[in-house]
Amino acid sequence: MSFEQIKTLLTAKFGNDIIVGEETGGLQSALLINPDRIVEVCRELRDNPLTYFDFLSCLTGVDYGVDAGIFGVVYHLASIPYQTQLTLKVIKANDRNEDNLPSFPSITSVYGAANWHEREAYEMIGIFFEGHPDLRRLLLPDDWEGYPLRKDYTTVDKYYKGIRID
Amino acid sequence: MTGLQCTKLNITNSKYDEALQRYQQRIANASTEDMVLNMGPQHPSTHGVLRLELITDGEIVKEVIPHIGYLHRCFEKHAESLTYQQTIPFTDRMDYLASMNNSHIWCMGVEKMLGIDKDIPKRIEYIRVLVCEMNRIASHLIAIGTYGIDIGAFTPFLWCFRDREHIMGMLEWASGSRMLYNYIWVGGLFYDLPVGFEERCREFVEYFKPKMVELNELLTNNAIFIKRTANIGVLPLDVAINYGCSGPMLRGSGLKWDLRRIDGYSVYPELEFEVPIGKGEMGSVGDCWDRYKVRIDEIEQSLHIIEQCLDRLQKELKRTPDFDPRAKLPRKLVPKPQDFYFRGEGAKGELGFYFVHPQRRETDKEGKEVYRDTEIPFRVKSRGPSFCNLSVLPEISRGVMIADLIAIIGSIDFVLGEVDR
Repeated sequence: MSFEQIKTLLTAKFGNDIIVGEETGGLQSALLINPDRIVEVCRELRDNPLTYFDFLSCLTGVDYGVDAGIFGVVYHLASIPYQTQLTLKVIKANDRNEDNLPSFPSITSVYGAANWHEREAYEMIGIFFEGHPDLRRLLLPDDWEGYPLRKDYTTVDKYYKGIRID
Repeated sequence: MTGLQCTKLNITNSKYDEALQRYQQRIANASTEDMVLNMGPQHPSTHGVLRLELITDGEIVKEVIPHIGYLHRCFEKHAESLTYQQTIPFTDRMDYLASMNNSHIWCMGVEKMLGIDKDIPKRIEYIRVLVCEMNRIASHLIAIGTYGIDIGAFTPFLWCFRDREHIMGMLEWASGSRMLYNYIWVGGLFYDLPVGFEERCREFVEYFKPKMVELNELLTNNAIFIKRTANIGVLPLDVAINYGCSGPMLRGSGLKWDLRRIDGYSVYPELEFEVPIGKGEMGSVGDCWDRYKVRIDEIEQSLHIIEQCLDRLQKELKRTPDFDPRAKLPRKLVPKPQDFYFRGEGAKGELGFYFVHPQRRETDKEGKEVYRDTEIPFRVKSRGPSFCNLSVLPEISRGVMIADLIAIIGSIDFVLGEVDR
């Protein structure tokens, strides 16, 4: 199914406000989805016999920079029966306050693969996933402060547990 | 630091820490006849620094909670501050048992972004595929050898390492390093193959083929080995797909899914090879033995690919005195602003890199803000196959015996360098 056909399929099913934008022109086109409805979109794309995007290749949390003030999650889906790929994106503006993390719905209920990817995005970028069954830190220690892959991240201390940071 | 002190440090009552509290509560709620056991991070069967927290009832594993991150080396953070060429040595260190495959996929991704992927000379492409397949064999040999040792067979481990050493020696001859090669560069290679490499490689293939027959007699068809692996850790296909398993893990569950065939990158469309899948010969489809057998079959297919590469490298793509593997190397790696996800078949499965590459804002001499093309990616995400393959472990090891858990872990064949990155 081509990119345009997928767009028509989604708007026919969920209405016009489901797709809030698109990125074309590069090597891979991406659909910008309404962040609140990403779970329904993923489930539809997975279960619809015309698309069957049953494989979540990759899930990336992105901090689009301090000036932009935008956080996003990028989903790379692949269809095993049709051997096609699709990129979905969701974005939200956020003020970088640590008590107010950008928050997106978790797609763990659709793809089990999202579980660890979302945990990684949570600890690295500081994106909260609503409805995630077990959103603990994954790679970093439980008491790590800050979100290391944020663009404004700086190591505050000279020492981490008595070890000097150069 | 004890767990108690640790708890005091962390718990702020925000909603972001709820999951941590739930986890601690779950461990505390383990009933009195249950035992909470730590397997790892120094346990030999975890193949590196993986810690598994087991909630066991006698010999039965009720729940497995993996804890990873002991080998986290900030690959993505490094990649954000270095140019594409400078990151290649870091990709080598992700899956350090198959470094060539990692850097091959990284380089192909960057070449696609630059739009020079069609200009790479055929000889370079064939050398890349040759060294990648050699490295794939080396990686599978480790998987098989250490799998034997996990289950209690010591000899296959020594045999596999003996044969792997030949491959390590040859790759060292080509690149100058034994495990972390930095051999494949964007747009070319570090060096051409050394003189006599093709002949030596052919000798190895001839030497190695009968060794595989021996290994099959010793391990694959061994009754004890089959008893320990058949019908153990069955991974149904739908679970495998849902959890994003790939490589021998997914093929072991009976799906013909190999990105070398599906995406047909590099020169793989010109090469003949089969995609082996698990057939449930000894037990049911998707059990540990099937995953093991897929690796054995893949070694044979890789040998077949190597022979075809050697044929071409010795005939129509023979070395010429004026051949320069660095001739097509771009002086500056400046892709156009774009997002790009590239996937390829590493030794363990689908290895993907996602590049976010916008223009960078700089201030020019007059203090005005300008947007310029840059050599440094804005964000890189690496999707390691081992990472996703390991995440299915809690799902398939519910209610198994502790000894079988060891067999399941070994059959997943993960490398912690890639899980943690």
